[in-house]
Amino acid sequence: MKADPIGVSTGAHFIDGDHACSEGALAAGCRFVAGYPITPSTEVVERIAERFPFVGGIFIQMEDEIASSIAIQGAVWGGKKAMTVTSGPGFSLMMEHIGLAAMTETPCVFVDVQRAGPSTGLPTQPAQGDMMQARWGSHGDYGIIALSPNSPQECFDLIIKAFNLSEQYRVPVMFMMDECVGHMTERVVVPPANEIEIYPRRFYDGPKEDYLPFKANDDLVPDMVKAGDGYNIHVTGLTHDERGYPSMTVATQEKLVHRLVNKIRLNADKIIEYKEDGVENADVVLVTYGITSRTAIPAIEQARAEGMKVGHLRLVVVWPFPEQRIRELAAKVKAFVVPEINYGQMVLEVERCAGGKARVELVPHGGGTVHNPKDIYNVIKRCAKG
Amino acid sequence: MPEELYEIDESVPRNTVEEYLRMDRMPHIWCPGCGIGTTVNCFAHALETSGLDLQKVAIVSGIGCTGRVAGYIKLDSFHTTHGRAIPFATGLKLANPELKIVVYSGDGDLTAIGGNHFIHAARRNVDMTVILINNFIYGMTGGQVAPTTPLTATATTTPHGNFEQSFNLPYLAESCGAVYVARWTSYHVRHVTKSIKEALAKKGFSFVEILAPCPTLYSRRNKLGDGLDQMIYYKESSEIRNGADTKTIPLEFQGKIVVGKFVDKERPTYVDTMNEYFQKKLGDKYKTYNG
Repeated sequence: MKADPIGVSTGAHFIDGDHACSEGALAAGCRFVAGYPITPSTEVVERIAERFPFVGGIFIQMEDEIASSIAIQGAVWGGKKAMTVTSGPGFSLMMEHIGLAAMTETPCVFVDVQRAGPSTGLPTQPAQGDMMQARWGSHGDYGIIALSPNSPQECFDLIIKAFNLSEQYRVPVMFMMDECVGHMTERVVVPPANEIEIYPRRFYDGPKEDYLPFKANDDLVPDMVKAGDGYNIHVTGLTHDERGYPSMTVATQEKLVHRLVNKIRLNADKIIEYKEDGVENADVVLVTYGITSRTAIPAIEQARAEGMKVGHLRLVVVWPFPEQRIRELAAKVKAFVVPEINYGQMVLEVERCAGGKARVELVPHGGGTVHNPKDIYNVIKRCAKG
Repeated sequence: MPEELYEIDESVPRNTVEEYLRMDRMPHIWCPGCGIGTTVNCFAHALETSGLDLQKVAIVSGIGCTGRVAGYIKLDSFHTTHGRAIPFATGLKLANPELKIVVYSGDGDLTAIGGNHFIHAARRNVDMTVILINNFIYGMTGGQVAPTTPLTATATTTPHGNFEQSFNLPYLAESCGAVYVARWTSYHVRHVTKSIKEALAKKGFSFVEILAPCPTLYSRRNKLGDGLDQMIYYKESSEIRNGADTKTIPLEFQGKIVVGKFVDKERPTYVDTMNEYFQKKLGDKYKTYNG
């Protein structure tokens, strides 16, 4: 289906990534946002609070991030598309409810505008230190999807994709921005509503008496109903059977968790998105995401100007990770270079998939600013030689 | 247990509340003598006579013994995380204001880990009925001290007795803005039913505290006998004092229990306040929110 025009500010705007994220959520049909103020994400909810009264949405500033991250799930079962917005410390507080959303297959979006940690860290300055937390932060096994925009335009475009993926797979989707992308102001073009594709909620439309709330379709995703539809559903964070009833057995656990993991794993090819530039015939491939995909570009250009064969693979969807593509490239290239504003997170995935077939070099950064492209260039050069 | 134990003798008249319960989930997990089931019976009777469209009533629980209530009630029911039933219910209510929302959970869940949400939902006057079963203890985890454990009572984490001041919950709820506040015990089944029915009929944050025995953990450790002995205590030590000043009704270890309806007032709900405010402030451009 197409976007509801009421939420779509068609035209060219000069706005920052946080505001673009708000506009994208509006275009995606999000009409419930719960949040708690935290730098550098607050502008997202500020714009939502400004805009929602005119589009029939409801924003509530909750008493903390824990409340925000579950209020959105109540809203989803009440029929809304919903998101919450935060940064590192708040994201840490939300972890339990990422697990709840995964377990109860509640489609919702968690925006994390990353800042430097650990703890309070550098509240106003960028980092990419929450990438593993986004994937593994809640206890137990489950699958999630995470996206990483690198510009205000992508904050708009990809948050729509985030909502669509959350609805399609009934998973919490992590929208991994960072302070740089969030506070960077650029041109953002919002297309007309009829050019914005929206994935509608997978509401059940079969015979009422046959409905089993957690019986999956062939793609491993069950259809949903909402409170008030007359199905007397039961939704629990306990291990549950297809009726949604608690069933604390090894067999039910195995069946449920297997599906929660596999609905992402087995649909990964449909979910994964990356952008490649000059990867074929490259000796060195940079694997980047978010703001680092932009700081890497001057380094790549300089290396290429000096005759080095350098490719660039940018993760747009970070989780699930494009394992297969990295395996293929590992057989062909000398080295992967992975600049990250952390001390090595996604590089571990690259290493795992490279499986020793290609050298993998991290270009670490403790956070607070972006890489100096020279530091990335130096590692490219070292790898191209070696 | 053998299957035949659960076979239904058709010659015995059915309890009318069965219609409101998930009988396919029986037997429930509660211990013999526990008061939670009694309150569920009262709640089901309240639903039965409430006149509400039950397709539009949803129940939300947190975690713990009382947290299991949602799973036994045949409504749209949500068993959430520990302490977070109220913020889940807030999202559910605001997403669809035509739903009637009941939060049914325990004292530890709602006033310790969930205490912050409790006070803010009452402050905002989010339209929901909160039924709190107070058994003075964390039951599910084995009898640890709670913010409601009376002074000197023994719990597994206060083996020498509790020295912390406990909450006077009606006073807390009233101070935060609840429009309906009552306290009963599981002995007062008719009052409980009536009170829940009244609370369900209120618009705004209504609160019913129900004291219930936990013979397995609280009574046993405190040498108070079994479930029946606690019921005798409730019967003999309760004093009905409707309209009592909530400030004056704290609970003490095996002391007098003041029960009754203490607060019943009107205050615009969160959504009504928001709509009225935005209509005044933003005029015709405001899209009145109704879900």
